[in-house]
Amino acid sequence: MRFGSLSKGDKVYTVVSNTLLFFLLLVTLYPLLNVLSSSFSDPKAIGAGRVAIFPVDFSLDGYRELSRYTPIWVGYKNSIMYTIVGTFVNVTLTIMAAYPLSRKDFRGRGLFIVFFAFTMYFSGGMIPSYMLIRNLNLFNNFWVMVLPGALSVYNVIITRTYFQSNIPDSFLEAARLDGCTDVKFLTQVAIPLSTPIIAVNFLFYAVGHWNAFFDAMLYLSDTKMKPLQVVLRDILIESRISADFNFDSKYAEAKQSIAEILKYSTIVASTLPVMLMYPFVQKYFIKGIMLGGLKG
Amino acid sequence: MQRLSRAFSNKVLTKMKGMIGVMKFHAGPGLPKKSKLRQLLLDVDRGRQLYLLMMLPVAYILIFKYQPMYGALIAFKDFDPTAGIWGSTWVGLKHFVRFIEQPKFFQMVSNTLMLALWDSIIGFPVPILLALALNNVAHKKYKSFVQTVTYAPHFISTVVIVGMLTQLLHPRMGALNLLFQHFGVPAVSYLGKAGYFRPVYTLSGVWQNAGWGSIIYLAALSSVDVELHQAAQIDGASIVQRTRHIDLPAIMPSIIILLILRIGSLMNVGFEKVFLMQNQLNLTTSEVISTYVYKMGIMSQFPDYSYATAIGLFNSVVNVVLLVIVNTTAKKASETSLW
Repeated sequence: MRFGSLSKGDKVYTVVSNTLLFFLLLVTLYPLLNVLSSSFSDPKAIGAGRVAIFPVDFSLDGYRELSRYTPIWVGYKNSIMYTIVGTFVNVTLTIMAAYPLSRKDFRGRGLFIVFFAFTMYFSGGMIPSYMLIRNLNLFNNFWVMVLPGALSVYNVIITRTYFQSNIPDSFLEAARLDGCTDVKFLTQVAIPLSTPIIAVNFLFYAVGHWNAFFDAMLYLSDTKMKPLQVVLRDILIESRISADFNFDSKYAEAKQSIAEILKYSTIVASTLPVMLMYPFVQKYFIKGIMLGGLKG
Repeated sequence: MQRLSRAFSNKVLTKMKGMIGVMKFHAGPGLPKKSKLRQLLLDVDRGRQLYLLMMLPVAYILIFKYQPMYGALIAFKDFDPTAGIWGSTWVGLKHFVRFIEQPKFFQMVSNTLMLALWDSIIGFPVPILLALALNNVAHKKYKSFVQTVTYAPHFISTVVIVGMLTQLLHPRMGALNLLFQHFGVPAVSYLGKAGYFRPVYTLSGVWQNAGWGSIIYLAALSSVDVELHQAAQIDGASIVQRTRHIDLPAIMPSIIILLILRIGSLMNVGFEKVFLMQNQLNLTTSEVISTYVYKMGIMSQFPDYSYATAIGLFNSVVNVVLLVIVNTTAKKASETSLW
């Protein structure tokens, strides 16, 4: 409908709604652009508060320092490992739980669902979990980043919903007549038919692992094992730069401003993998949210 | 019993399954009913691979979810590591009473609730408004651009978000402080003042999650029949009227479900973010129940496991009670509920 043909009330509504939307767009973009531009600006320009939307006195100092700051790269490598192994375990376990729960002929299905769903609303809390990890001797152990969060019940439920509505019962009946077992049916029929939901799972879990911070802070004190987010916290929030890091001699007196620009380049470098991947996989994420909105 | 075990041991079972299959088919009122127990055992046997699949996930849930619930028993005991969870002496509600009598009890509970309240009043409606506004945008490319941009911050980690806040709100060189100065607002150290903790926490949360939160409403809106809008238009309904009478009812069930979940986790403020934003200067508003649990049970030089567990349990129980009350109310009032 053309704007001119609208009634007065509708004109006001459209203008207000579009203005708000545009405002929200700007508000969302500004911090993102500022961080990105700062990371490419001269440390002095940042110190003087001259960077807003575009880089000022273009410089790669932040990235040069970043490339020399080894704790970040150790963190990077660790995070990649935790993400790969963790996500693989997550997706496998999620399918193993979701598939039986999607089968109407699975005796005890209701009980299993209550058993799982109860943990979404009630938990023993931070301290008993901490004590459990200690008793299991998982401190400073690779698996502490994988096992405690090996399964998300939320993901099990959306995956189960997907199986239920996308794998016709007739397929199972037909496969059974051919002597196909349940496991075989799952791996050869159900999983290949469910690639979208499996992609959703991979993405949700992978982002979760990449961004995980608190467990690592609690359970990993060994510097060699710390994931990226823990290293980032030291740099960004605690302003703690590793003691054995030698700043470029050129900057001996400008340590402070280099430490500042290092913050911007780390933010960009740590968020980039997720941000670059995101526009391509956006539709899968959205699918996941929409499935989650369905009542199981 | 003997008959059963024999039935389970060999091919007899397969034969029986076949027979039962036939019986099912022909079962009329005249035929004797087969035992329920036998049917159950047969079903379980038939689905044994499914149970096998379930074993690992169930073991995970038992160990990492239910064991800590059992461990939470120490809230009612004076935990003694040598005696273990069960062996420690029962002390009833001692630790709960101690928490309630703690001089800062009221402050911590109100900090927790205030943060949740700010989030509900400001954070909850924005995604709804955003979805309604987006739904009225005719230009497809612009719409999807706004969507892509507003969804993006959702994927930034909490550590980086708080790191960005530290940079952007820096009193001397922070981009937001500089922006505000253009409008005559003097530079303020927002993270170092207790009075700003709640607005900074809430608004940065809106910034990060409003777009993402709108997806579920947009999905509900996209399922609205176009003909409904067309018919209303022919009858002379304005955009405002159509939004009010067509779009809003379409997203109402989603609003209710999300509201139930929100209230059911009212006491679950985003621990990680609060923890990372907290410093000595903003402690009077940023000390919430969960950060206190962490301090008492883990960070303290002499961790008091039982006391910290009791506080955490208090928090969880309040949440569950709220959830049940809200869900029951919603069920009666609107027929939309979680279970």
